[in-house]
Amino acid sequence: MNRWTPGIVPGRLSSDELAAKFSDLHPPLDDHEAFVAAGRCYFCHDAPCTAACPTEIDIPMFIREIFSGRPEAAARTIFAQNVMGGMCARVCPTETLCEEACVRQEAEGKPVEIGRLQRYATDRLMGRGAHPFTRAEPTGRKVAVVGSGPAGLACAHRLAMAGHDVVIFEAREKPGGLNEYGIAAYKTTDGFAQAEVDWLVGIGGIEIRTGTALGRDITLDELLDMFDAVFLGMGLAGVNALGIPGEDLAGVEPAIDFIARIRQAKDLAEVPVGRNVVVIGGGMTAIDAAVQAKLLGAEHSTIVYRRGPGRMGASEYERELAAARGVTIVTNARPVRILGQDAVEEVEFEYTVETGDGRLEGTGETFRLPADQLFKAIGQKLEGVPGGIELENGKIRVDAAGRTTRERVWAGGDCVAPGEDLTVSATAQGRDAAASIHSFLMGEG
Amino acid sequence: MADLRCNFVGIKSPNPFWLASAPPTDKEYNVRRAFEAGWGGVVWKTLGEDPPIVNVNGPRYGAVHGPDRWLMGLNNIELISDRPLEVNLREIKAVKRDWPDRALIVSLMVPCEEEAWKRILPLVEETGADGIELNFGCPHGMSERGMGSAVGQVPEYVEMVARWCKQNTRMPVIVKLTPNITDIRYPARAAFRGGADAVSLINTINSITGVDLDNFAPEPTIDGKGTHGGYCGPAVKPIALNMVAEIARDEETRGKPISGIGGITTWRDAAEFMALGASSVQVCTAAMTYGFRIVEEMIAGLSDWMDEKGHATLDDIIGKAVPNVTDWQFLNLNHVTKAVIDQDLCIKCGRCYAACEDTSHQAIAMSEDRVFTVKDEECVACNLCVNVCPVEGCITMRTMAPGEVDPRTGAVVSGEYANWTTHPNNPGAGCGTG
Repeated sequence: MNRWTPGIVPGRLSSDELAAKFSDLHPPLDDHEAFVAAGRCYFCHDAPCTAACPTEIDIPMFIREIFSGRPEAAARTIFAQNVMGGMCARVCPTETLCEEACVRQEAEGKPVEIGRLQRYATDRLMGRGAHPFTRAEPTGRKVAVVGSGPAGLACAHRLAMAGHDVVIFEAREKPGGLNEYGIAAYKTTDGFAQAEVDWLVGIGGIEIRTGTALGRDITLDELLDMFDAVFLGMGLAGVNALGIPGEDLAGVEPAIDFIARIRQAKDLAEVPVGRNVVVIGGGMTAIDAAVQAKLLGAEHSTIVYRRGPGRMGASEYERELAAARGVTIVTNARPVRILGQDAVEEVEFEYTVETGDGRLEGTGETFRLPADQLFKAIGQKLEGVPGGIELENGKIRVDAAGRTTRERVWAGGDCVAPGEDLTVSATAQGRDAAASIHSFLMGEG
Repeated sequence: MADLRCNFVGIKSPNPFWLASAPPTDKEYNVRRAFEAGWGGVVWKTLGEDPPIVNVNGPRYGAVHGPDRWLMGLNNIELISDRPLEVNLREIKAVKRDWPDRALIVSLMVPCEEEAWKRILPLVEETGADGIELNFGCPHGMSERGMGSAVGQVPEYVEMVARWCKQNTRMPVIVKLTPNITDIRYPARAAFRGGADAVSLINTINSITGVDLDNFAPEPTIDGKGTHGGYCGPAVKPIALNMVAEIARDEETRGKPISGIGGITTWRDAAEFMALGASSVQVCTAAMTYGFRIVEEMIAGLSDWMDEKGHATLDDIIGKAVPNVTDWQFLNLNHVTKAVIDQDLCIKCGRCYAACEDTSHQAIAMSEDRVFTVKDEECVACNLCVNVCPVEGCITMRTMAPGEVDPRTGAVVSGEYANWTTHPNNPGAGCGTG
């Protein structure tokens, strides 16, 4: 097997080659590097980086704590706002959040390396297995959390901290949600997502029941009978379809499944990948799938996005990263049909232009890309919403505190209408919903 | 959580971090915001007699920047408060009323006449302030008028004014010392002889931060001319630490209360001052550079460190390093160390080689492929290579164990303490017995 072997096959590269390719995207800073990086922070007043962080971490303060030789204190500052700070340090698109807002980005085009400093601090505390929070006195109240992704975990942690007992219901076999199944392997190496879950539940008062899906194994009504409140953080289980001929051919599948398979693989050499891989979409999922296909040894890995590059969900930085790893990005082309006998062989695209009012029009000119593997990454959709929960644009409607339209039910993360498809936003929503649930349980709201 | 409560000559504050008498403490607005940010106390910017002094309308500050525009040192030519005395007194009273748990000390500077002090002291006392600090330190402007450092440089004046104040007020008296003097112990002793409850130091150091080479004028420049200002900030910390230590270990002033000032920027700086005998610390430049919020890091950092080390209260750390400050003559000459270069950490810049080869003892060898190693037979353990090395922890000093032979001297390391006082090369050694 090598990169010229046709079809979808495992072992295009050796395990050693794969281990090197899938190593940490951003290796951790050592002490000296962290000191130098922290020294660049200006400790801005009313800091723009903090304002740009969905969880509003006190970034100048944690960096100053690193600078003064107190990385664990820095970690506590981070976790006080964002208990998923370890994962966020790895997967946040900092180039469009804190680091984009950094005044040194404006001044020199080189922001303070906030993400890597956050990782330096959080690694330090988590590496010691220390959990920095303690629980309040038990309240006797019980809350069910559906989904153990970032929103559910952040919510559960805050509730447990307030003294409530939490049971998390997770449909999959492992907790973590997209942190475990949906993020490129080279962004979170060494089983970090599971380690983070273990560390997070170290606060106590949180039970995780895996393999238990809402709607399949348990209903919302049952949860409401058993618990004082319910938080829905089940994410988006469905995948949007292309709606074009040939979509049911073998070799066509959601990119998210491919990403999950890589994350769960014991040996990357056993993950099959095509020789010619095509990914349709423009977000981080498309990037993660295309880059990893290339890293697994695909000869060609191509992202095709229907609009112009500026409209892609993936940041310019992520696009450059993909290009540097040999991924080709084709923009302004939409899939028309998928061709093949039993399995996908080619995909036909039509070039597009955007009209003045933002609508997309085909130019009539088409081209075909050879493909033995086609990944769909055009977004996910909410499935399995229990009754009594109103939707808004296909997602759960919530108010500013995360309350759904149903009594005693809150929601957050990708499944709610303001969901931003970011670990950090989901964390903020889970945390804030927990605050609202807490005041409700304590008879204040 | 360590107990950071501070009791300085009876002046209580929830933590030992005070804002020094300076522009940040010039008015109610700032002081209230400082207290809200968590500062344990403030020394209100120096009050003088009416009519208020005036300040220049050009630059009041000059700076020395390190790489990446790090503010290493700040120089100022601002005088004492230029607001009417009555306004300051009214604001001090209002702030103290609303913040009874914080230390509020009033800095004072009036002419060297007892009547002047007698006039102002009751006015300050009436505000409810916790104490006064006598500004015998400012080296610019006011000193030309016989005040500030002009007083601080004459121990007899220091003693005299301290005595006047003690005789005319019930408030604790802190004397703020100028470093622009040959031996800091003299004015410190004088202050305590005059009855002062404590000293605070250092005030700023005479300085010119630079010269405008286009106009051949010192900086900061006002209409083509400049004057020396007072230097402060991280650059002055070592000078301040030494002066604090000198007072803390002086036979006459040992154990007397000291409020440490000079470049304190992080909790660690504060802990160092306290270890050398300061029981409160005062900050200005760091607040000017980063804003009032930095006190959060100072408080949390000091507390964390004390917890980690098992120090429960400030008394557990204050002065703990003083017994280890000694005279050169008492250092152990039989303590032998050698530099060791960690080849895994070395980035092969060669700075250690240049430093040692050009300016020290030619004790570092350089191979053709840029491997740098220490020649133990030449190394005098001066530590210069450690200090110029850009990589932390790359060059360290290894202590030779008793019984090892020092390849430089050929002598066996004895492991016994021996200092200059008994060294054979000391012409004075043995005189007493011989």
